Amino acid sequence: MRAFFSSTTSRLVIAVPYLWLLVFFLAPFFIVFKISLSQPAIAMPPYVPVFDFAEGVAGLLRHLAAFSLDNYLWLLGDPLYANAYLSSLVIAAVSTLLALVVGYPIAYGMARAPEGLRPIFLMMVILPFWTSFLIRVYAWIGILKPEGLLNQFLFFLGVIDKPLVILNTTTAIYIGIVYSYLPFMVLPLYASLEKMDYALIEAAQDLGCRPLAAFWKVTVPLSFPGILAGSMLVFIPAVGEFVVPDLLGGSRTLMIGKTLWNEFFSNRDWPVSSAVAIVLLFILVVPMVFFQRAQARARERDN
Amino acid sequence: MAGTWGRFNVVSLVLGFAFLYLPILLLVIYSFNESRLVTVWSGFSTRWYVEMLNNRGLMDAAWVTARVAFISASVATVLGTMAAVALTRYTRFRGRLLFTGMVFAPLVMPEVITGLSLLLLFVAVSFDRGFATVTIAHITFSMCFVAVVVQSRLISFDRSLEEAAMDLGATPLKAFFQVTLPVILPAVLAGWMLAFTLSLDDLVIASFTSGPGATTLPMKIYSQVRLGVTPEINAICTVLIGLVTVGVIVVSLVSKRRHLLRQ
Amino acid sequence: MESLGSTRRSFAPWTDPDAKPYIRFENVTKRFGDAVAVDDLSLTIYEREFFSLLGASGCGKTTLLRMLGGFEQPTEGRILLDGRDLRGVPPYRRPVNMMFQSYALFPHMTVEANIAFGLKQEGMPKPHIAERVAQMLKLVKMERFARRKPHQLSGGQRQRVALARSLAKRPKVLLLDEPLGALDKKLREETQFELMDLQQDLGLTFIVVTHDQEEAMAMSDRIAVMDTGRIMQVATPAEIYEAPASRFVADFVGSINFFEGVLAGSAGTMTRIRDQSGVEFQISDDANAVTGDTVWLAIRPEKISVTRERPAEADNALDGEVWDIAYLGDVTVYNVKLDDGRIVKASTMNSQRRVEDALTWHDRAWISFSADAGVVLTG
Repeated sequence: MRAFFSSTTSRLVIAVPYLWLLVFFLAPFFIVFKISLSQPAIAMPPYVPVFDFAEGVAGLLRHLAAFSLDNYLWLLGDPLYANAYLSSLVIAAVSTLLALVVGYPIAYGMARAPEGLRPIFLMMVILPFWTSFLIRVYAWIGILKPEGLLNQFLFFLGVIDKPLVILNTTTAIYIGIVYSYLPFMVLPLYASLEKMDYALIEAAQDLGCRPLAAFWKVTVPLSFPGILAGSMLVFIPAVGEFVVPDLLGGSRTLMIGKTLWNEFFSNRDWPVSSAVAIVLLFILVVPMVFFQRAQARARERDN
Repeated sequence: MAGTWGRFNVVSLVLGFAFLYLPILLLVIYSFNESRLVTVWSGFSTRWYVEMLNNRGLMDAAWVTARVAFISASVATVLGTMAAVALTRYTRFRGRLLFTGMVFAPLVMPEVITGLSLLLLFVAVSFDRGFATVTIAHITFSMCFVAVVVQSRLISFDRSLEEAAMDLGATPLKAFFQVTLPVILPAVLAGWMLAFTLSLDDLVIASFTSGPGATTLPMKIYSQVRLGVTPEINAICTVLIGLVTVGVIVVSLVSKRRHLLRQ
Repeated sequence: MESLGSTRRSFAPWTDPDAKPYIRFENVTKRFGDAVAVDDLSLTIYEREFFSLLGASGCGKTTLLRMLGGFEQPTEGRILLDGRDLRGVPPYRRPVNMMFQSYALFPHMTVEANIAFGLKQEGMPKPHIAERVAQMLKLVKMERFARRKPHQLSGGQRQRVALARSLAKRPKVLLLDEPLGALDKKLREETQFELMDLQQDLGLTFIVVTHDQEEAMAMSDRIAVMDTGRIMQVATPAEIYEAPASRFVADFVGSINFFEGVLAGSAGTMTRIRDQSGVEFQISDDANAVTGDTVWLAIRPEKISVTRERPAEADNALDGEVWDIAYLGDVTVYNVKLDDGRIVKASTMNSQRRVEDALTWHDRAWISFSADAGVVLTG
């Protein structure tokens, strides 16, 4: 493509956001990595620095020897961490699946709605996303707790005679994650369903498909980019979720975001929490790259 | 096509939106509850709003949050729009792949990681934590959201408009500010709104990067929520929901009006 | 090609009172809310007919086609196929297939898989499917593209795949919604003939929706000209062109001149019409009107001659000034302005390369036409 702006302006347009992200997004990861290799200390900051740039190459080499994998060994040694990673992945995966099951009919209904109503529905899906995540999770405490509104309602209906225990269980986490991430699932699904030419469904029916068969053979495969994008948008942040397990999951549920938070704020063990973050990043880097590739491909197709 | 919007679709939309809105609605309703017991209705009252206004700590936090959100959203909009232009207009420059990665990764990056890494950066360069660090942190992740919103608008932008402007004698920079920017302005404004609310909402990253004297509203709410549900929190949540709802509706009405006027 | 032409000429079941109707629309009305898309329409189509629904967009032609395909239900009336009422029969159970305007090729499937799709639905054994797909690919000359995806094909190639897919199930009736609409002019003309040959060879009934009158004229056995949900005329292309039933049809198909006037009298097959400026025309067409009625004389431009002098034996002649000349290669179109300001369009074949003493702008000229050149219309 022909350069649009003069070369100085061009350079500036690219360089300013680029540098910002390099300094405030990428560089910090190296620092996290560095600290994950250092030893904890009772000080401020509470770790022994591995090296100091001021000491030059000699200092760097000397300190290279001080690198320690202790924090990682610690993570390996304590089953608490492995369990936290594992249960985070499981909870995120189940929540993603649930969000897909809940979100697909909504997205489908929106995409098939009369054209004039679609922007309104779209707005209605986005609106909760604009209201605070914390508030939305908080709202569920009042609903789910033993003397909460859900139990009151079920009592009123006569369905139960003693309160259901939902708050502080994994179920509450599922509800919380599905609820707060639902717009992320619905929006890409809607985008791919809405784009689909309805004549394709008619063509499938014309060629002998019953409506349900046409749905499985044409609609679902064609909405696959949306399914993938939505699932990634829910799964990746859900793995590291902190607010939902902390407020709805109670003390017994184990999720890695909470573990990291506790290591950092309660135990003040910065090196271990850094190691936790680095491992989490490595776990998530695969789905992230995968997601980004898929997005880039979708954009290319649209152009 | 009409006729295919069957009963199933209507039912799934009704249930879906009930699921999305009922919890928020209940929270709003119970903010007007007389009783301190949040889940027992004992009559309409606005006393919790009065208490909220008299709560000095809460109001201070709200003021900090508003300033952080305003500054970070404004800077993020400028940076994010630049990033969007860079991504759509320059298909090849050195390190473009890394740049794309850095723009998209924060969208899905778990907040605990972003928060922790920024904090460690500030500590490493001995930058005192407080108002400035929270603002920088918020700029960093919300500029990526702005970039995505603006980019999707730029992709569908008809470039012959710019070419026409240049054909009529505008320099590229003038063409951008006089033709492109007005056309993509709704997306830029939407990006600003998004950045503003993201900043308003953020708990995790603020908790990591904030320092003494820069407690934000979500941090304040969180510390009280941990102690249990209180009607006062319901009241402040209702105010926040109301502000955001009004803001979103105003912006969409304005852009709709602009759209109608143009037609 | 010759034999095809001759079989076509002899194919005219609609003139045979004993011929069995194949598709019947009986008083079909379709409303979308308040809008009437199809208005109390009745129509009979015969087996093996190449039938076109011609009209401007929004005239209800596509709705009619979609009702036959089963995608819309008539609000009133019924549709019969081979004697069977189609009410309540879903699209996937109808022995008709549709070629969609957008082609509606499944983007996630190869050409082969697209063509095989309908056959799989009816549970045809795999070897038979493969055989039929190969046959279809050959029919539309797309053998080399079997493994491509739709987005790797050109517009013309997609059109062929869509055609093959809709023919694969050997439907009794093929519905084609603007089948050539997305092709450029040259390709469209070639494909017209291919479609005609295909229909002839396979012995199918084709119903085509089109807004392109030339396309309809070239391909169809009969054409139904539609407007605002109603059929204005159903006839062969020649009848539609030469003997339009109304001013609407005459104007919609080809270009035409109208002279408004009153019926001044008739004697035998001769009709006299006096137009607004008092000129009297002699026309050998028995109008369905009585003396004094307002009528319109409709004459195609190619049936009007333009000359410098008044021709000695013309039945009808008027003089005026050459106002505009458009040279189109095969013909030249003259717009002649009569002294009362009306413009008459006349076209002349350019059968010789050089024309001596050609008329030019602002020359005085005579337009003339014989008594059997025009038709008298009453509405």
